[in-house]
Amino acid sequence: MVVKGSVFKYGDNVDTDVIIPARYLNIADPAELATHAMEDIDADFVKKVHPGDIVVATRNFGCGSSREHAPLVLRENKVSCVIASSFARIFYRNAINIGLPILECEAAANAIQAGDEVSVDFDTGVITNETRGETYQAAAFPPFIQSIIRAGGLLKSLKERGE
Amino acid sequence: MAMTMTQKILAKHAGLDSVAAGQLIEANVDLTLANDITGPVAIREMEKAGFEHVFDRTKIALVMDHFAPNKDIKSAQQCLECRTFARKHDIVNFFDVGEMGIEHALLPEKGLTAPGELIIGADSHTCTYGALGAFSTGVGSTDLAAGMATGKAWFKVPSALKFVLTGKKAPWISGKDIILHIIGMIGVDGALYKSMEFVGDGVAELSMDDRFTICNMAIEAGAKNGIFPVDDKTLSYIKDRVHREITVFEADPDAEYEAIYEIDLSALRPTVSCPHLPENTKTVDELGRIEIQQAVIGSCTNGRIEDMRIAASILKGKHVAKDVRTIVIPATQEVYLQCIEEGLAKTFIQAGAIVSTPTCGPCLGGHMGILAQGERSVSTTNRNFVGRMGHITSEIYLASPAVAAASAVAGYICGPEDVQ
Repeated sequence: MVVKGSVFKYGDNVDTDVIIPARYLNIADPAELATHAMEDIDADFVKKVHPGDIVVATRNFGCGSSREHAPLVLRENKVSCVIASSFARIFYRNAINIGLPILECEAAANAIQAGDEVSVDFDTGVITNETRGETYQAAAFPPFIQSIIRAGGLLKSLKERGE
Repeated sequence: MAMTMTQKILAKHAGLDSVAAGQLIEANVDLTLANDITGPVAIREMEKAGFEHVFDRTKIALVMDHFAPNKDIKSAQQCLECRTFARKHDIVNFFDVGEMGIEHALLPEKGLTAPGELIIGADSHTCTYGALGAFSTGVGSTDLAAGMATGKAWFKVPSALKFVLTGKKAPWISGKDIILHIIGMIGVDGALYKSMEFVGDGVAELSMDDRFTICNMAIEAGAKNGIFPVDDKTLSYIKDRVHREITVFEADPDAEYEAIYEIDLSALRPTVSCPHLPENTKTVDELGRIEIQQAVIGSCTNGRIEDMRIAASILKGKHVAKDVRTIVIPATQEVYLQCIEEGLAKTFIQAGAIVSTPTCGPCLGGHMGILAQGERSVSTTNRNFVGRMGHITSEIYLASPAVAAASAVAGYICGPEDVQ
């Protein structure tokens, strides 16, 4: 599967409090919650983001709180992929568990700039920067994680196994 | 194969003789935890996926602590959703207003976490129970839904960093100063995906409350878990609380560590994390004059009885500065009652502070102490991210209860010696 979109670029340590501030965590409706995505770091994000767009950041993306609302609001805004040099571990699990594609790739995270047009091939892990004419190779997921992604999330994969 | 303490607990719960760093395993969990923010999401996901039963109604804890007592109608609905689920499944450890406390202070106090156990919680500070020699870690709501339904969770076995604590800490230095110092040293992703194992002669010097505070903030260095060896203090803490058999694990002497850090406790000074990352640490001596409008003493990091006693010993016979709103939040009903019985509550109120019922409230900008534009708070909580306690231009300085209490009196951030 290949996705393509424009890039929103952020720096190190983007925490889950800025991805979705706690003051909105009493909102149950994912669509309403999603209108506040990235509000405290990029007030215009929800106005500018288009389906398929890609979020790129450097180190430790998604640090802080375990709130699953963070990957959820990105998915609800139809972000097709998050690329970072590294992810905080709970965000990493949550993204996989809810089916938000994420890729660890330091070269891509460093080279890609805001507004670049980027495509990602999830089968090969190849990230293509169409604006700059560069490609970067992301590490493949271990088979166990691939099986969760294929099933469409953790709970569906457990159901498939007959749990 | 030699294993760390964490790896031994994971191996045991996965039914394996040994595990190695990087290995993916599925392990049985002894307890799952969710709160009024992460619980409803987990419940909805579990029901949506068609899981109709919980794996064990005695091994699920639901604690209404974040926006409780209900701060608004939406929060009330979220607690109602948890309450309905708890009744439907006859959940034994459902803690509502009147019984609840801040989850990570409450569960150890109730004896729900014990040495050698494996605990997952849909809250990042679930790593707190490593203080008891347990493996505990934060997960998201979907992981928690899977845990509540199947009693299992998947993990990548972590590698480890070893922190050798030596020496004797100076008066007023507590677990908070130790962990802030360590985070300042290794950074907010310095332990990413790894275990932080705390060992050395200095461990015996640390109270259980110090150890809870240290493990609580392991996540602020990106760690999967923090863990202390089990000693007499641990056993004495659980003696009247845990009434089941426990297993004590020890790291193998030749276990591998990615790095070993020596921390001389006697060299530490009261330490503060400046905005907007926990790694931005300075000692109080290096700070300069930073005026504050609010002081918060409480949270899952520092709302235990020892924290209350330290704060009260500084506030006794003094008054907080005129423009500093001082909010004291004992973490549980038991701590609250102890504050009353020991006269600490009276000390706080006479000093011009307020004493609140247990809640996570201000720590995550929920309620009970939100900051306005440009305001600054010293706080014994665990995160000082942008907008964490209120307006995005407000600032949080993380500190120990001693520093927070002293700063409330002075009106600017300072060490306890400065107000004695």
